[in-house]
Amino acid sequence: MGSSSSGMKDVPDAQELVQETGFSAAHLLRLHERFEFLDRDGTGELRPEDFDAIRELAMNPIGDRIIRAFFSAGKETLDFPSFVRILAHFRPADKNRDRAQQEPANSRTRKLRFAFQLYDQDGDGKISRAELLQVLRLMLEMQVTEEQLQCIAERAIQEADLDQDDAISFDEFKKSLEKVDIDHKMSIRFLK
Amino acid sequence: MEDLWCVALGVFQLWLFVVVFFITLPAMFGLSLGVTGLYIQILVKILEWATLRIQRGRQEQPSVPVPLPNGIIERAGGSMAEEMGRPGCGRFAPSDALYFCKKGLESIADDQVTQRFSSEELASWNLLTRTNQNFCYISLRLTVIWVLGVLVRYCVLFPLRITLAAIGLSWLVIGTTVVGLLPESSVKNWLSELVHLTCYRICARGLSATIRYHNRENKPQKGGICVANHTTPIDVVILANDGCYAMVGQIHGGLMGVLQRSMVRSCPHVWFERSEMKDRHAVTSRLRAHVAAETKLPILIFPEGTCINNTSVMMFKKGSFEIGGTIYPVAIKYDPRFGDAFWNSGKYHMVSYLLRTMTSWAIVVNVWYLPPMTLQDGEDAAQFANRVKSAIARRGGLLDLAWDGGLKRGKVKDSFKEQQQKMYSSFILGQNGINNQ
Repeated sequence: MGSSSSGMKDVPDAQELVQETGFSAAHLLRLHERFEFLDRDGTGELRPEDFDAIRELAMNPIGDRIIRAFFSAGKETLDFPSFVRILAHFRPADKNRDRAQQEPANSRTRKLRFAFQLYDQDGDGKISRAELLQVLRLMLEMQVTEEQLQCIAERAIQEADLDQDDAISFDEFKKSLEKVDIDHKMSIRFLK
Repeated sequence: MEDLWCVALGVFQLWLFVVVFFITLPAMFGLSLGVTGLYIQILVKILEWATLRIQRGRQEQPSVPVPLPNGIIERAGGSMAEEMGRPGCGRFAPSDALYFCKKGLESIADDQVTQRFSSEELASWNLLTRTNQNFCYISLRLTVIWVLGVLVRYCVLFPLRITLAAIGLSWLVIGTTVVGLLPESSVKNWLSELVHLTCYRICARGLSATIRYHNRENKPQKGGICVANHTTPIDVVILANDGCYAMVGQIHGGLMGVLQRSMVRSCPHVWFERSEMKDRHAVTSRLRAHVAAETKLPILIFPEGTCINNTSVMMFKKGSFEIGGTIYPVAIKYDPRFGDAFWNSGKYHMVSYLLRTMTSWAIVVNVWYLPPMTLQDGEDAAQFANRVKSAIARRGGLLDLAWDGGLKRGKVKDSFKEQQQKMYSSFILGQNGINNQ
C-alpha cells in the first residue's frame, strides 16, 4: 500500500464516521489512504473513471454496476464519507449489537438492499424480467445463446415471483434469499 | 585560507587511502574485514529493540497506526463453486450476483495487483525517515536513535558509498576498455571475467550489500539462460557478484550507454537498439545464436519485464522460454527491514532511486539457485514459464500471481472478463454447456 504520513486529522468527519459506520479508527485511516490512492487528480472526490484503475474490478462481469452503485442517483462524484458509508454495509455483523439501537449500516437488510440495487437499475423497487435478463447477459455474455438466456431468466422469475406480477419486489427478493447466509456471502473481512 | 586547503586535501587523501585499502582492495578479492557483518548485527539488535518499544508505545498511545503489510482485508480464496454455496444444476439464483458483488467490493477496498507496484509495507518501523508515520514521537530514546541514524546514514555512509560506486564504475569502464584491446583468447575471457567480478564487488560494497547465496552447486553454466524475479536494477549487481553473465537489454544513452558500450568490448553482452526490441523474432534468433555457442556466458533475463515490489512474482513472459537451452532459475529476496530495494519507476527516477538506496541502512539479500529446468514433452512455452515461476515463488517465499506485470501501465484485457463469464456459465450449465431442463 505504500506508506504515507497522513494522520487521523486528514480524515474528514472522522469521529462521526467511526460512530456511524462501526469502522475502527485504524480501518478508517486505511480506507482514507485507499480513497486518496484512487483519487488520482487529488480533487478529494472520486469519479467513475477513477475506479478503472482497479484491475480486478475491470475483469468483474458486473464491475460497472458495482461502480455505479456507489454514486447515488444523478451524482457524478463521490466524497470520502459516502465512500465509507457504502463500504460499511459490508462489514460482518456485530455480534453484540444493542437491539435498541437503530439499524446499523451493516445489517442484513442493508446488504440485501445493495444487492437489489444492482439488479434494479431504474430504481422502481422491482426487478423486471428485462432487468433480470440484463444482469444475466452481463454475467454470461457470449457463453450462452439468447434462448438459453431467456430460459434461465424465465425459471428464475417463476421461482422468485410469488405474487405473479412478473417482477421481483424487494420482499420477494429477500424471501428467495432467506436461507442464504448473507452475512457470510456479503461481508468483507477487514483485518484487525 | 591556504592552510584550510592543505588540511582539506590531507583529509581527502586519508579518506581515499582508507577507502581504497580497507574496502576496495579486499572487495576485489572477495575478502571481507567483517565490518559490514558487525554493522548488520548491531542494526538488527537496534531494530528489534525499536519494534518492542513501538509495540509498548502503541498500547499507551492508540493514535499510532498499526501496520498491515498484507493489505487491509482477508480474502476467502475459495473457488467460484465453493463460494456460490450451492450446486449449479442449470438454474440461476439471485444470490449468484452476490458472489461477483463481494469480489468487486473486495477489490475496491484493496486489490492484489496495484499493491505490488508500490513499496512493501513493513511490519514495524525500521528507523528510516521515509517509513516514518509519527513513530518517532513515541519515546525520547527512539527519537534520539532515529536522529543518530539520519546522521550516520547521510554524513558517514553516503559519502563512502558514493566514492565506492564512482571507483567501481570507472574501474569497469577503464578495465573493460583495456581488456577489449586484447585479441580473442582464453586469457582475454579470464581477464574480462576478473574485471567484471571485481567491479561488481566494489559496487556491492558501495551499497553495503550483504548477499547470501544458497545452493551454489546449481549456479548457471555457460550456454544456459539464467532467469530471476525482478525488483530493481541492482538485481544485476547482486547476481553478478557471484558469477559472470551476459546481459540482455536495450541500449540507453548517457552514462548507462557508456557502461554498456564498454562492457560489450570485453565480453559478448546482447544489447539491442530500441527498434530491434519490437521485433520479437529478431530478438529470439539473436539470443538463440548466443545460447547455441556453448562457450558464451549464461544469459541473464528477467521475464517479468518490469520491477515488482518483491512480495510476489508476476507473470513470466514466455519469450525467454522459447529460446531453448537449459533454464537456471534464481530466486532473489530482499530483507525489507534494512532498506526498500524496489524501484518504483513511476515515482522515482533512477538517480533519486539510487540516492535513496544509498542512504538506507543496507541491502540484505538472499539468493537461491534452483536446479536447472528444461522444456518437457507436451508442454508449451507458457506452461513452462508458469512452472519456473512457481518454483521461484516457492523458493523465495513470494506470492505466485498470474497477473501480468505490464498492468503497471496498461489496461486489463477483455479476455480476463470472458474467463470469469466462462467460469460462471460452466458453473450453472455444467461443462457441456447446454442444459435445457
